[in-house]
Amino acid sequence: MIPAAALRDAGLAALVALGLFAPLVGLRTDVSPTGGLFLRTRWADVAIVCGIVFLGRLVLSLWLGQRGLRPSTGPGPWTARLERAGAFVAPVLLGLAVVLPFIPGIGRYELDIGILVLTYVMLGWGLNIVVGLAGLLDLGYVAFYAIGAYSYALLAQYFGLSFWVCLPLAGILAAFWGVLLGFPVLRLRGDYLAIVTLAFGEIIRVVLINWVGLTGGPNGIGGIPRPSFFGLPFSMEGGPGTFAGFFGLEPSPTHRVIFLYYLILGLALLTNWVTIRLRRQPLGRAWEALREDEIACRALGINVTTTKLSAFALGAMFGGFAGAFFATRQAFVSPESFTFIESAIILAIVVLGGLGSQVGVAIAALVMIGGFELFRDLDEWRMLVFGGAMVAIMVLRPRGLVGTRTPTVALGKKRAISGDLVSEGHG
Amino acid sequence: MSAEQSPLLELDAVSAGYGPVQALSAVSIRVMPGEIVTLIGANGAGKSTLLMTICGDPKPRSGRVLLAGTDIAGLPTHAIMRQGLAQSPEGRRVFPRMTIRENLLMGAETLAEGGDRSAQLDQVFTLFPRLRERLAQRAGTLSGGEQQMLAIGRALMSRPRLLLLDEPSLGLAPLVVRQIFGAIRDLNGKTGLTVLLVEQNANLALRLAHRGYVLVNGRIAMEGTGAELLARPEVRDAYLGGGAPLPPPLPADGPNPA
Repeated sequence: MIPAAALRDAGLAALVALGLFAPLVGLRTDVSPTGGLFLRTRWADVAIVCGIVFLGRLVLSLWLGQRGLRPSTGPGPWTARLERAGAFVAPVLLGLAVVLPFIPGIGRYELDIGILVLTYVMLGWGLNIVVGLAGLLDLGYVAFYAIGAYSYALLAQYFGLSFWVCLPLAGILAAFWGVLLGFPVLRLRGDYLAIVTLAFGEIIRVVLINWVGLTGGPNGIGGIPRPSFFGLPFSMEGGPGTFAGFFGLEPSPTHRVIFLYYLILGLALLTNWVTIRLRRQPLGRAWEALREDEIACRALGINVTTTKLSAFALGAMFGGFAGAFFATRQAFVSPESFTFIESAIILAIVVLGGLGSQVGVAIAALVMIGGFELFRDLDEWRMLVFGGAMVAIMVLRPRGLVGTRTPTVALGKKRAISGDLVSEGHG
Repeated sequence: MSAEQSPLLELDAVSAGYGPVQALSAVSIRVMPGEIVTLIGANGAGKSTLLMTICGDPKPRSGRVLLAGTDIAGLPTHAIMRQGLAQSPEGRRVFPRMTIRENLLMGAETLAEGGDRSAQLDQVFTLFPRLRERLAQRAGTLSGGEQQMLAIGRALMSRPRLLLLDEPSLGLAPLVVRQIFGAIRDLNGKTGLTVLLVEQNANLALRLAHRGYVLVNGRIAMEGTGAELLARPEVRDAYLGGGAPLPPPLPADGPNPA
């Protein structure tokens, strides 16, 4: 027996659908053979659409009605399950990442995707310091990625410096720009900060496009030197001074790809390690406290200025490292690679992963970047699938995939605190 | 308190305000070591501004703020808070997504790096045993009273010479307020901690404090011992609901004689 309330509810939904779809679907202008426009009506289609809405709504309300509400303050069953799985996920993912190049069937293409995913994992972890820990919404993170990439490209081009010299320099330069951006925006919070950082990202890109004399403008910089294995270049010739020659291997182009893969894996893990270490230090705790309540922080004698700047600088530094890696991998940089959409994707990774969660960010990067590649065959539908997946994640897990955080210090047993226990936006 | 003792905190003709608004006009108060001094007044009288001005936000427009004889008026807030001052801010402002323990450790951030915090933690737990039971909980899940205890405990973690309390009774049930006031008095009695208390609840505050100041429109209108002010008809009319009978006294003995 279907309850009357559910029928009424479904009827109402169908009525709304009728109002919407009657003009949208029901009426269509077509070109008549004489060349003029004529109105074609498609009422049968409207009826079908309204019928689907009616049935869908009915099923939904019946299902929801049956499920009832569970009054509970504890984590939901899904959260608990994910938490239990979470304990295994991190080591399993790490193990997989380490042995990936040696798994049979993993070729050049898979490794390239792996490198791409790891680059975004690293960028996500870097941005997580700024957004997830310090709570400073940065919409222009790609600027630091760009600064890192161009730092390496320009230093290599003009001064002939090698990748290993440029990597720390790129990080330092990006951190310097992070501090430079940090100073004027320190008084801003939330929306205002977001707008200024967004503008900063665009300014960097526009400067890169227009400063043709230095950056080559839209043409970018090509011929960026590839990284060497601590001085041993990767070469197909296989002489004694090359990687293959030194280790007595058959020269193969895969060597460099595998090396790049391990390089970015190492850089990403360095980012993760630094973040985890810092979270247990007073500085990391101060970042989190700053995210929670700036005024209280000042009342406790925290120097808000330096705390914010350190978060900005450190996040920017890892962005710069990732940028230098990007440049050496591509051997070519142009402003096109550093558009706003990159910032948006990195931010989406951090938010979808659950702000502040390291494993969550890694999974989100895997899903977003890996998934994006997976659905390449869907062509223009890809964005639709992608958008749908993001909406679904936010509806089902509004506090991110891993919406819990483990206390940085605990007495006795460490207890994860469920994101379900706090209000929206506070997870 | 002997007469030759110098004040721990002295405000000398301090004026302050926000933009065009003058919130404090030539306010002078003194807090002697070991005293509980309260500052009462109506909404908007400038009580919280006075406390914030001591902390350097806003900075005083004129006058001096002397902590143990040193002028701290020009220092940035974070530097002032490292001079042995601690504040439990208005509205508690605990860090909701951090645990009780993390909140408390944040309070000790101004101390030298690395040191052992267990002695301070123990002191806080002796004062507020309820916090010990909830160490691993998020502060946001605590009740209002527990959050207030946490805010005070957090302030005590830095071993301050002077504790500034901004409206600890705000939004709390009368029973909880009395618990918290009892704890403040215990703390003062046992450790000799100096307290400057800003309160709306003039009745309780004046009975707890050794001395009090009444702030009206940014100026000190009256000062005296707690008992003196309580007895003044103007104070009773303005802040204690006129001729209403006094509520029962605080638990245990009355305030220590000043």
